[in-house]
Amino acid sequence: MSVQLDARPPVAAAPPVRPTRSYRLSRFDARWSPYLYIAPFFLLFAVFGAYPLAYTLWVSLHEWDLLGTEPTFVGAENYTRLLADPDFWHAVVNTLGIFVISTVPQLLAALWLANLLNRQLRARTGWRMAVLVPNVTSTAAVAIVFGVLFGREFGMVNWLLDLVGVDAIDWKANRVASWVAISTMVDWRWTGYNALIFLAAMQAIPRDLYESAAIDGASRARQFWSITVPLLRPTIIFAVIISTIGGLQLFTEPRLFHAGTNAIRGGPSRESQTVTMYMFENAFAPYYNFGYGSAVAWLLFALIAVVAVVNVLIIRRLGTDAGPRTGGRKGGRG
Amino acid sequence: MGATSRRRLAAVAFLTATTLLATTACGGNGDDAGDGTVTLTVDVFGQFGYDELYKEYMAANPGVKIVERGTGGNLDEYSPKLTQWLAAGKGAGDVVAIEEGLLVEYKANPGNFVNLLDHGAAELKGNFLDWKWNAGLTADGKQLIGLGTDVGGMAMCYRKDLFAKAGLPTERDAVSALWPTWQDYVRVGERFTAAKTGASFLDAATNTFNTIVLQTAGNSSGYHYYDTGDNLVVDTNPAVKQAWDTTMDIIDSGLSGKYGAWSEEWVSAFKQAKFATIACPAWMTGVIEGHAGPAAKGRWDIARVPGDGGNWGGSYLAVPKQSKHRDEAVKLATFLTSAKGQIGAFKAKGPLPSSPQALDDPAIAGATNAYFSDAPVGQIFAAGARSLKPVYMGPKNQAVRTEVENAVRTVELGQRSPEQGWTDAVTNAKKAAAK
Repeated sequence: MSVQLDARPPVAAAPPVRPTRSYRLSRFDARWSPYLYIAPFFLLFAVFGAYPLAYTLWVSLHEWDLLGTEPTFVGAENYTRLLADPDFWHAVVNTLGIFVISTVPQLLAALWLANLLNRQLRARTGWRMAVLVPNVTSTAAVAIVFGVLFGREFGMVNWLLDLVGVDAIDWKANRVASWVAISTMVDWRWTGYNALIFLAAMQAIPRDLYESAAIDGASRARQFWSITVPLLRPTIIFAVIISTIGGLQLFTEPRLFHAGTNAIRGGPSRESQTVTMYMFENAFAPYYNFGYGSAVAWLLFALIAVVAVVNVLIIRRLGTDAGPRTGGRKGGRG
Repeated sequence: MGATSRRRLAAVAFLTATTLLATTACGGNGDDAGDGTVTLTVDVFGQFGYDELYKEYMAANPGVKIVERGTGGNLDEYSPKLTQWLAAGKGAGDVVAIEEGLLVEYKANPGNFVNLLDHGAAELKGNFLDWKWNAGLTADGKQLIGLGTDVGGMAMCYRKDLFAKAGLPTERDAVSALWPTWQDYVRVGERFTAAKTGASFLDAATNTFNTIVLQTAGNSSGYHYYDTGDNLVVDTNPAVKQAWDTTMDIIDSGLSGKYGAWSEEWVSAFKQAKFATIACPAWMTGVIEGHAGPAAKGRWDIARVPGDGGNWGGSYLAVPKQSKHRDEAVKLATFLTSAKGQIGAFKAKGPLPSSPQALDDPAIAGATNAYFSDAPVGQIFAAGARSLKPVYMGPKNQAVRTEVENAVRTVELGQRSPEQGWTDAVTNAKKAAAK
């Protein structure tokens, strides 16, 4: 019986047409459908990311009056003019200033907040959701409310300062003061968001590390600095890059902080004008110089790339210096 | 197995197709309902006061539906948006409002707009003050871009209650008599300040400067930042320097409350009665009423502006070439800027007509404003409007004006000395003009 079966020629097993077709289809499926699955992102990216990027570069090589009809090709002229433009560098300094005084305390506060939320709390989910509330409110509303709080004459902050005997500060016309005011807006909005990201990463750290550290007699603070922070390093790097991109593109907060005529300058002598505001001022009102504005956009892109790399290098340094000394479980976060 | 994979393939194809559709399916603004009705979009900023006129027009033209966008918005936000629409060739309304400062920039490249002369606008000329009509024409006189809506005849609005508190006269003729010149205005201001009412004499030096510079220029050379050959003359035009020096006097005497014009502080200062006077073109009366609120009704009044009258602001209606209903749009713009339309707008929100017929109309001549203690606004503003001399504006007027005003503001806030401020004004204006 078995002999008979074995003797059957394999070729005659099935009619030739159907298997081949379904075989081809399934091979096609296995090979190409993954590309189709990820295609939507790349299509969207090409339309909304790559194309505008390339088009902006093209525009930045032209003398392009938004109100005019015929743009003329000028090569790198916009860039050379921009590099010698003191107002541009003024805006770069403002942006970096606001970025530093908002991001550093923000990430530290987020780390601390995440550490607190990681403990045994009553109504834990409620607290965790609550820290995200500022992020849900509209930026415009936040900026307007803070703009009023930091008013020179009728603002609540100056009123409080007055109670403790400090003279009124002109938050909008003093360069550093305006940076501080804008930073508080950014912090208020983004600290909770970063805290939740840190919290998610913290929960992936194996409990046994803390248990053994506790047995070894490590204090809570010591556990935080020697276990939590080093193992959080990839997440911190992620948060830093995201904050760099967001921080250097800051627009809505400083723009709405200054209401009234030509608010886009961020104060009469550009006290808190960020690079994106400078870009808008040039590309649109009141200059309508589209080419020059596009050149600002491209230099901002370069600036973000540089700052992001510098930040990552710094953070990595910090990580290795205070590296984990807890056995061989490096990178246990998976 | 084959069925599953085919289904999966179909799903993938569907997903890709919908994504592509979603990314490409923009446009198609559904203008025409298909029943022959034409929808006309009108883009404005601030308060144009057209609501009643739309209703009347739609009743007379059953085939037309009018939608207005941007009411109450501020000019600084409106102008870039309009420019973007024009540059993109898409998005602008069928009828768009253009402020005089921006009109000069559009005039340099008139290709974005329908030439109203091609639509029989020439016969409307008599309906507008000569200079208002001429400013709507391109340099060669061959294209009419916009029809005038209003002019900004000047006055000085003041708070009677604060004047009384400071021991100054409160009756409008007596107040006008206090300040024939800006020097007198400063002296009155010093008296006011000495009385320590807790309020400043004026809102912001930039508003006052703007009034003075337009007035001084109108009464002398006829131009301020640019001469009529479009050369930047900020540093050499005596009218600009003279206005600057007068403003510095005002700042020096500590008369300004330093409330940045159009900021939230400025609005709060209105509500809390923190300043006593404000330079007041006709359209400003609506702004004051809006910000100071009903509680201050009857506390405000209107006096003559120091100096010799002048013009600040005023807009035009134009039809972008991208409009799909050019003929209907031109008809609507013509109606809105007719004498009747201008009177209707004045009654609703206060912009002063630019049509001589409208200015002569008893409805305007006899108009009073209850909010401003029944001041005869028709007389006060219209008298000036007939005789005022317009100021020529050059190609980068808006950008240059911004720089000069910011220089005034830095001096006002004590960040610069008047001399440094003037240097800033000149260098920054030159830079702006070159951009």
